[in-house]
Amino acid sequence: MDKLAFYLQYPFVRYALIVGVLISLCSSLLGVTLVLKRFSYIGDGLSHVAFGAMAIAGVLGLSNNMLIVMPVTVISAVLLLRTGQNARIKGDAAIAMISVGALAFGYLIMNIFSTSANLSGDVCTTLFGSTSILTLSLGEVWLCVVLSIVVVVIFILFYNKIFAVTFDENFAKATGVKTDAYNLIIAVVTAVIIVLAMNLVGSLLISALVIFPALSAMKLFKSFKSVTVCSAVLSVVCALSGMIISILAGTPVGSTIVAADAVVFGICCIAGAIMGGTSK
Amino acid sequence: MALLTVKDLSVGYGNQIVAENINFEVNAGDYLCIVGENGSGKSTLMKTLLRLQKPVKGEILTGEGLTENEIGYLPQQTVIQKDFPASVREVVLSGCQSRGGFRPFYSSEDKKTAAENMEKMGITDLAGRCYRELSGGQQQRVLLARALCATRKLLLLDEPVSGLDPKVTAEMYALISELNKEKVTIIMISHDIGAAMGFADHILHIGDNVFFGTKDEYLGSKAGKFFLMMQSRDAESVFASGPRKTMKKEEETNG
Ligand SMILES: Nc1ncnc2c1ncn2[C@@H]1O[C@H](COP(=O)(O)OP(=O)(O)OP(=O)(O)O)[C@@H](O)[C@H]1O
Ligand SMILES: [Mg+2]
Repeated sequence: MDKLAFYLQYPFVRYALIVGVLISLCSSLLGVTLVLKRFSYIGDGLSHVAFGAMAIAGVLGLSNNMLIVMPVTVISAVLLLRTGQNARIKGDAAIAMISVGALAFGYLIMNIFSTSANLSGDVCTTLFGSTSILTLSLGEVWLCVVLSIVVVVIFILFYNKIFAVTFDENFAKATGVKTDAYNLIIAVVTAVIIVLAMNLVGSLLISALVIFPALSAMKLFKSFKSVTVCSAVLSVVCALSGMIISILAGTPVGSTIVAADAVVFGICCIAGAIMGGTSK
Repeated sequence: MALLTVKDLSVGYGNQIVAENINFEVNAGDYLCIVGENGSGKSTLMKTLLRLQKPVKGEILTGEGLTENEIGYLPQQTVIQKDFPASVREVVLSGCQSRGGFRPFYSSEDKKTAAENMEKMGITDLAGRCYRELSGGQQQRVLLARALCATRKLLLLDEPVSGLDPKVTAEMYALISELNKEKVTIIMISHDIGAAMGFADHILHIGDNVFFGTKDEYLGSKAGKFFLMMQSRDAESVFASGPRKTMKKEEETNG
């Protein structure tokens, strides 16, 4: 405890905790929708795109790489959604192509143009997040806070519509709901969340951050609202405990958080099985 | 001007036509039954009417101020994922979505409508239950309640009784004609020619010979006679498609 209090004196630790909580909150909100709509692969694809964009931003020497990563990822989200709607199989192939392409391209660029001596360290940081969360500038912290608030507000405002579109898109469309517009909103918000979450866990582990809390909550609860609330709570708890453990034990932040998520998922599976077993 | 006027419509997927030369009219308060063999394009026609699909040819005109968000729909099969967490109340309320426009939350009026429709369908005591854990008949009622939340004008029902037992089937039909008496216009697809004859006032027969007319005209027509004969040939004609469908449904819910 003393050790924790000692670390909390440092502003960068406090920033990291604030940003971590916000990011985990955002990423869990859309998790249920992404899992149920089988959009989780889009999340995966987008994280690779974001990696590629990050590499380009690094090479161009942009001080604030969000400026390039964010638009590129949002545009890719919209494109992926389009192709995914046109034909399912083609959409899958497109995602594989874009995501693996971006990954390879990103690494290539980093390799050729990088001036850094520690290339594999850089790549590792981008992929697994490692310490970047502890090196956030005040500006980045504010950006994260603002974007997180925007994501949460959008989610709350469109909560009922997201439910309608996720539960039964055809019915929603047939009764005059603008499903295309809401799908677009879902895609854009997903992209924003992914770019945010890259800071926390790195691009390879984002899917875990998005999907684990939702799957865990679905083991325990049976209404959309309770699952959403539960996954938000689980995600924040896991992120906080993961970050604290990583600070105290010196483990990598991203992987510790994801490990915490995985442990909670295991617990929820067991709890769900016991609850289901007794109620039936 | 009728509520819905369909002129020389061809429906299909891409350029492939599955049913053509469809002409009919639905007036407010009508009860139209669409009959035809498996694969004749009934569901496709309904999806086209709902504008989920583009017509291959022809046009669909709406009248009497019917707007897109005043149509309720009960799909033939809802591909809702096995593990979707949703309570009955949430599902029924989602039917109110279309009238809210850009309003973010449900109004107290929406909630009242949902409660009334759940009451009407006899599912009030299921409100907190998980949708995916209900029986097929209960799910069907939930979806009908949802459709009623979307509209009080026009309901499109795609085989509302498939997979239901005879008792629940009878109840379902009774509910639907009750709604029709309350001036809700009904368009229903059914394989149950007995029910079609019993409840509907107009018949649309899809297939090689397209027929549209009142029930009595249908009984006198060539298509009608032939179809009735085919149906009554296997003695338990009413459930000719029943057991198979039931099994399919069970497989899906188990699997
Ligand atoms: N998504 C699709 N793409 C291409 N063809 C399709 C599609 N869905 C259905 N079809 C074809 O269109 C034809 C009509 O199908 P539809 O579902 O409208 O029949 P139906 O009259 O509703 O049959 P049922 O009584 O079994 O419900 C079928 O031959 C079917 O193979
Ligand atoms: Mg059909």
